[in-house]
Amino acid sequence: MSSGNPSDLQPIVDEGPGPQQGDRRSRLLGGSLRQEGVKGVAIAVASTAVVLFVIVWVVVHSANWPAVKQAFFNGQEFKDTFPEIARRFGRNIAYFLIAEVFILAFALVLAVMRSLTGPVFFPLRLMAIVYIDLFRGIPLILLVYLLGFGVPGLELKGVPAAGEFWGVIALILCYSAYVAEVYRAGIESVHPSQVGAARALALSRWKTLRFVVIPQAVRRVVPPLLNDFIGLQKDTALIAFVGLIPEAFKQATIDQQADFNFTPLLCAAVLFLAITIPMTRLVDWLLARQRARRQAGTAL
Amino acid sequence: MNAAVQALRLQDVHKSFGKLEVLKGIDLDMAEHEVVCLIGASGSGKSTLLRCVNLLDSIDRGRILLDGVDITSRGVKVNEVRRRIGIVFQAFNLFPHMTVIRNITLGPTEALKLSRQEAEERAADLLDRFGLADKRDDYPDRLSGGQQQRVAIVRALAMQPEIMLLDEVTSALDPELVAEVLNVIRELAQGGMTMLIATHEMSFARDIASRVCFLDDGRILEQGPPERIFTQPENARTREFLQRIIDAGRL
Repeated sequence: MSSGNPSDLQPIVDEGPGPQQGDRRSRLLGGSLRQEGVKGVAIAVASTAVVLFVIVWVVVHSANWPAVKQAFFNGQEFKDTFPEIARRFGRNIAYFLIAEVFILAFALVLAVMRSLTGPVFFPLRLMAIVYIDLFRGIPLILLVYLLGFGVPGLELKGVPAAGEFWGVIALILCYSAYVAEVYRAGIESVHPSQVGAARALALSRWKTLRFVVIPQAVRRVVPPLLNDFIGLQKDTALIAFVGLIPEAFKQATIDQQADFNFTPLLCAAVLFLAITIPMTRLVDWLLARQRARRQAGTAL
Repeated sequence: MNAAVQALRLQDVHKSFGKLEVLKGIDLDMAEHEVVCLIGASGSGKSTLLRCVNLLDSIDRGRILLDGVDITSRGVKVNEVRRRIGIVFQAFNLFPHMTVIRNITLGPTEALKLSRQEAEERAADLLDRFGLADKRDDYPDRLSGGQQQRVAIVRALAMQPEIMLLDEVTSALDPELVAEVLNVIRELAQGGMTMLIATHEMSFARDIASRVCFLDDGRILEQGPPERIFTQPENARTREFLQRIIDAGRL
């Protein structure tokens, strides 16, 4: 997310066939293998094995491999440091969950503000646009630093001084801007005739939004929302820079600095992957399902 | 005409979209229990007329009176008007994320403030009456086009409107599904429902209408009882239009 990958932001609602993740998945794993049968599977396994073997062979036979192995892939070091880093990783999950709840709610408010039509709502619309432009434009790490060090530095009474607190706030502020745009794309994808039908039933604007537009919009943007969850989960590591109590990444750097062995960083990486890869697969699965439904000609 | 209060009265209604003037001065009176069919080519303004009556589109000039009260003046509560006027669309426009029963109860519970139970009883009665009782908990995409359109009609009826507006409700249907929807409308007409119907189904209009209005280029060129409009049209444009319909084998 902090890399600002624009494809993360597209809800999968357009009708045309596009190079979307659902397509990619089925081409790589499902679809083509099924079509080509047992022979296809055998070829895929064999070619994968050959490629992996070549890569491993080249790496392992490089001149400096023993030193690299010692510094990055030290089994004993892994065993020694993993449990503590895994324990600390609980903090990353907690940061993620707390931030996500606020992001989902706050971003929806922003998206609705930005979707309001009519001159009366111009100030609200403007506020939402300024907010989104601002917080999407600032590098997340900068925001984490500014809030994490800046706000506690003010020594305001009654305001939490913990860097972790402000780190999570920074995540919420930044990601809400992204997620608001995802929601908005979903809201705009709901056909105006749906609004017309709801208004014709004497529903107010607000009730139309609440019962007809938002439920359909949210269903459509679940996959891109999950994409943002993945980015958020990774970006909880940024709190290492402002927090006092170590989370997984901070703990890994502490362990690394203790004996100048980089293996603890690998521990942290493994932990993040254990969360993000299943989430990625879930997104792919949802996208594929959505695509299948679209092709079956049914509304979402 | 002036003595009796008309159920619906349109006076010199004008509507433009940008530079395109779609309605160029419509005058139309409808008495209670009357069924008026609007016929005319695509683009003649039939749909826009219905949308204006339901206040989904605002008019530029003229007045629309419901029971003698101007509903197009400033300060009118649009939702109060819409509670009294039901509309059914060509493309059904059911809510795809709600079951049939929820589609029907949404308006009554949220706009009429009926209790969930009351609304569901009302909906169940209507579904029963139109042979849709077994579809109650299905989602719209599990239904045929004809069934969806019947649900859409039930959804509008559940608001217990004084007037129903039907906007080419059979135009999006496969030919074999048209009859089941027309039968529902026929039943409503027999029950005395006041209806303003835009339609391409000429034989249906001839059957059901107490009056037929021929719309051409945003104006009502001719109106009268169906027997006369379909057999002795006075206006040359009406004759031309009906001739095209007959040539297409649709009358």
